[in-house]
Amino acid sequence: MTVTQFVLLGAALFSIGVYGVLTRRNAVLVLLSVELMLAAVNVNLVAFDRHLADQLAGGQVFALFTIAVSAAEVGIGLAIVLLIFRNRRSANVDELDLLKL
Amino acid sequence: MSLTDWLSTPENWVFLVIALPMLAAAVKLVTTTNVVHAALYLVVTLAASAAVLLLLGAEFVAWTVVLVSIGAVVVLFLFGIMITRAPMGREATLSHPRSVKLAAAAVSFALFALIGGAAVDAFTSQPLTEPADATRTGALGEVLFTRFVIPFEVVSVLLLAALIGGIVLARRDPGETAGGGL
Repeated sequence: MTVTQFVLLGAALFSIGVYGVLTRRNAVLVLLSVELMLAAVNVNLVAFDRHLADQLAGGQVFALFTIAVSAAEVGIGLAIVLLIFRNRRSANVDELDLLKL
Repeated sequence: MSLTDWLSTPENWVFLVIALPMLAAAVKLVTTTNVVHAALYLVVTLAASAAVLLLLGAEFVAWTVVLVSIGAVVVLFLFGIMITRAPMGREATLSHPRSVKLAAAAVSFALFALIGGAAVDAFTSQPLTEPADATRTGALGEVLFTRFVIPFEVVSVLLLAALIGGIVLARRDPGETAGGGL
């Protein structure tokens, strides 16, 4: 195993996540794609941790922090989507254009 | 290292067996027309990412992914899908039109080429060294509560703030009639 194959896997996953964020209209599906990007970052962090043989296991610790922050992000994100759906009766991101002239 | 050398190592076969379904599930996640299927494809992708972490010897992180991401986050997503009544089976309402898709595909492919090219260029193809001890869970716990204890506490406070924020956002105002919002 080399570190390159894991970085390539992470890059592919992240790019697929970017594609999802850019193409999806439904806000819940946008959040799903963001979750995909966070999984890619976790793979990268742990791969670099193994590559550098870090004594403090910094990569693994930061992967744990990423998981915690992503859980918080999903909780708040879904609450906001729910509130938008209640007020606008739609969760499509392109219909939220009140700030547009 | 040539491709045949690379394929001669058994753990690289394991890597391929994990990585290819993972990428296939990820592609299906961003293209599927069924919202519930998208959440289930996220389960496949996250399970495969946990398997990749196990392959890298990060046991504790892998099981945390299984417990937190697959166990809790996906259930939360399914709740979100059910509550917002995301339409199923109609592609037009779930994704942007074809022109946006082409542009997005170009952007994501360019991003992949950039990161992938930089990674291939920057890292030697030296095999990863075997870690001194197979499982580092004990060392990870020790370092989490000594060197990284302040970030750990900050993350705890962040989770508490997210919990309170989620309740405040999703709560109905007292004056609002029950069922009037949804």
